[in-house]
Amino acid sequence: MELTDWLIALHVLSAFAWIAAMVIYSVLVAGLWRAALPSDVVRLFRVSRVGDALVAIGMIGTIVFGIWLAIDEYEIWDGWIIAALVLWIVAAAIGGRTGATYKVVNDRARSLVADGHDAPSSELATLARTQRGLALHVAGSLVTLAILVVMVYKPGA
Amino acid sequence: MELPLLLHILGASILVGGLITALSFQLVGWARETPAGAAMLARYGFLSLLVLALPGWILMRAGAQWIWSEQGWDDVRDEPGWLDIGWFTGDLGLPVILVTVILAGLGARRLRQSGGTTSSLVRGATALTAIMLIANVVTVWAMSAKPD
Repeated sequence: MELTDWLIALHVLSAFAWIAAMVIYSVLVAGLWRAALPSDVVRLFRVSRVGDALVAIGMIGTIVFGIWLAIDEYEIWDGWIIAALVLWIVAAAIGGRTGATYKVVNDRARSLVADGHDAPSSELATLARTQRGLALHVAGSLVTLAILVVMVYKPGA
Repeated sequence: MELPLLLHILGASILVGGLITALSFQLVGWARETPAGAAMLARYGFLSLLVLALPGWILMRAGAQWIWSEQGWDDVRDEPGWLDIGWFTGDLGLPVILVTVILAGLGARRLRQSGGTTSSLVRGATALTAIMLIANVVTVWAMSAKPD
């Protein structure tokens, strides 16, 4: 195997880690709409740590190995590579805002559990069913899908 | 050519994502959980396999078959090793996923009914999920690096 083969494999595995994180977050967002107790919300966010690790590995891996591949195999200023880089930045920005939105939910659920209030809370339910968080998550997923489409179709290559 | 490849990759990534999600819920459920918590986590593990991993497998396999027929691979006598790995994991994957979904579903139901915090069925499903995940990650590596 040559260096390029390894770069492609690591780039693809990073992309899989990223999409896996989006899958985990989708389950969590759906779960938060149904979660009744603060302890249920805390449990869901415990699983979100796996998503946090995967999205970090995925986003760093795709950009590092992607740029390396672009320099090695293509031209960094090719239209489809520029498009992918712009979409990556948009995804990172959306991801940061999504994380901040849901951190409020996690913090509130933790404080309720720590205070011994593990009963259904309308305040927590309202926070957990955040329309803003849902919209940001859907937007982030669509941008991630758009990057995959650009990578497969390579328009203009 | 691009559409079947997109479906194949999208399906494979949903499959891997579903397996990781299920495994995460299953493993978190092992650690000092209350009966209600263990039942909830087991149910999410089961649903992740049923609603994500299984449809992901179908999409991945359908895309693979489409690519196979479009590229005329059936005319090739000696298939490369990376393709054999893909077929092996892909075709063996369906029965293993089905068994895992059944184990996870029965285990989640048993936990809910018994009020226990652990179930050998859920543990069996966890082990199979982990094995499938490892096999699929190796397959992703083989299909993208194409070593021969």
